[in-house]
Amino acid sequence: MTTVGSQLDNRTLLHMYRLMRTITTTGDRAAEEVKSGALASAFYPVRGLEGVCAALGAAMRVEDKLVSTYRSLGDAVAKGTSLRGILAEVYGRADGLCGGKGGPMHLHDQDVGYVTSTGVVGAGLPIAVGLGIAAQLDGAQRAVVTTFGDGATSIGAFHEAMNMAGLWKLPVVFVCQNNQWGEHTPIVEYAASTDLAGRATAYAMATVAVDGFDPIATYRVLDEACARARSGGGPTFVECRTYRLTGHSGSADYGYMPADELAAALARDPAPNFRAWLIESGQADESVLAEVDAEVDAEVADAFAFAQASPQPAPDQRYRHVFADATHIPAQGES
Amino acid sequence: MTVTEPAETMTMVQAMNAALDLAMAQDEKVILLGEDIADPIGGVLKVTKGLSTKYGTARVRATPIAETGIVGAAVGAALGGYRPVAEIMFMDFLTVCLDQIVNHAAKLRYMSGGHTPVPLTIRTAVGTQRFGAQHCQNLEAWFMHVPGMKVVVPSNPADAKGLLAACIADDDPCLYVEHIGLAFTEKGEVPPGRHVVPLGSAHTVRAGTDVTVITYGMQVRNAVTAADSLAEQGISVEVIDLRSLVPLDLDTILASAERTRRAVIVHDAHTFCGPGAELAARINEELFGELLAPVLRVGAGYSPVPFSTALEFHPTPDRIRAAVLATVGR
Repeated sequence: MTTVGSQLDNRTLLHMYRLMRTITTTGDRAAEEVKSGALASAFYPVRGLEGVCAALGAAMRVEDKLVSTYRSLGDAVAKGTSLRGILAEVYGRADGLCGGKGGPMHLHDQDVGYVTSTGVVGAGLPIAVGLGIAAQLDGAQRAVVTTFGDGATSIGAFHEAMNMAGLWKLPVVFVCQNNQWGEHTPIVEYAASTDLAGRATAYAMATVAVDGFDPIATYRVLDEACARARSGGGPTFVECRTYRLTGHSGSADYGYMPADELAAALARDPAPNFRAWLIESGQADESVLAEVDAEVDAEVADAFAFAQASPQPAPDQRYRHVFADATHIPAQGES
Repeated sequence: MTVTEPAETMTMVQAMNAALDLAMAQDEKVILLGEDIADPIGGVLKVTKGLSTKYGTARVRATPIAETGIVGAAVGAALGGYRPVAEIMFMDFLTVCLDQIVNHAAKLRYMSGGHTPVPLTIRTAVGTQRFGAQHCQNLEAWFMHVPGMKVVVPSNPADAKGLLAACIADDDPCLYVEHIGLAFTEKGEVPPGRHVVPLGSAHTVRAGTDVTVITYGMQVRNAVTAADSLAEQGISVEVIDLRSLVPLDLDTILASAERTRRAVIVHDAHTFCGPGAELAARINEELFGELLAPVLRVGAGYSPVPFSTALEFHPTPDRIRAAVLATVGR
């Protein structure tokens, strides 16, 4: 770690480690299930983002709202959504967060403030702006956080949302999970300037870039940004610089990634590095962390078993929730 | 003693303004978003005139020119417990924010298994042929094709007020289409106070026995004009104003067509793949053995909307008359 974590209490540090370990373990298992064919789903791995997600989990309160993306597993775990509910949704089963209608790209959990996630790159930012308007009108002291990848900074919705947030001083924290890749294209090949935090300065808001592989530094930045939002201080753009440790999607080849770059990034793999730092800095000893690891492994195994055992949604669910009132559906069936 | 306020005669624009005013007065969760909607301009069609002065610019929020941002923010505000009414100046500009309407507003309830409804109204205007092809295309069929979107088109001031009130109160996203050709010229009596026209309730504008003309919005006026002149030729035309395309009052359509055994569908949208294609198909499926003539459609031709009105494009009373006469074999 580049930053000394002494200001963070031990409980928070362990919570962050648990989040990271849960995300890594779940992500790796999901990737295996996809590869083996047991999980027939588009799955977008979050490996490399664990530190950012854990920092977010520690910085956000339950009443804060989150709008995430299709690469959502880490954000959902960090916000406190049940792993069973997430995985049952990833499998499209009846016990999933959305009853199997959403899938891994469309998680939501209103109970913990995980409002929605979008499968369309960059589309979550304007929605977060609207949640920011709601919070502002409510006079509520809550932050609205939206996460997105570096690729999302190219789409028009990004700029429209940033302008509105800056203009109206909305309590929105824009968290760019910069993994250096827009799908299969490296950032240097699609961005005129790779200084994404610098780009945000054009929208009259606080902006900061942070090493996303350093969960403590990231936590401090996000904690300050959320506090600013809650206190009426307006929006913040946070660029968390990381690296994607896998391919774009669960089943994709990642041979296009430069081997040296990937190796350097893997050497900074967030969960194991944070674990080593916790021991070195005397924050936790091996036995405590081994206990956390065992608990996480058991929880992940339980959640996968739960998801795989969950029934398929009943056929009559097909036309439920199209509208509030099913009689408003103009036609059913395939005739 | 109950004092009944008299109905007031007003334009469509005044009726919509009254609906918004009342909704904002009754529910502080109703907010408005859109380009130029705040005073002094009060919206390009003046639909929101006076409302920012009355309710403040926090609730009546003039936005940047950013349609994706406007609808996206409205979706977010809806998820945050509000009932936003977003104005997209012209229907053609819905193309700019189609992602937020189609992928987000319309699908979030379903994708979340019912947990994140989006009670959002999008008001938009159509029909300014004098602005050329990028300000006047009728795109309602696009939105009928998206499960989760409601599509509402008023034809008179009373319905304009009642349908807008219904959209704002509705727990689903509604697209509310205002025809500029009606906005200032169509005047009528509007019930005072709260007035709601339920979505999915077609209105039989004119009773008849020989042919059913099914239409909505701007074309209701032309259909009635055609029906009046056809009556002089001894042909009795029933005119049905759908008022909402989704939900669709199929019962009223089928009951009428079953009686008259002939149907003509009229709309401003292109005939090809327009709303009439679906309606004609449904009538044929349900009443094939009963019909005395094929169901005909009268809509716009297959070209961008031409600027010159000499290049006649939308249905006229003459074209509607011709279609009705064709179904009765004259």
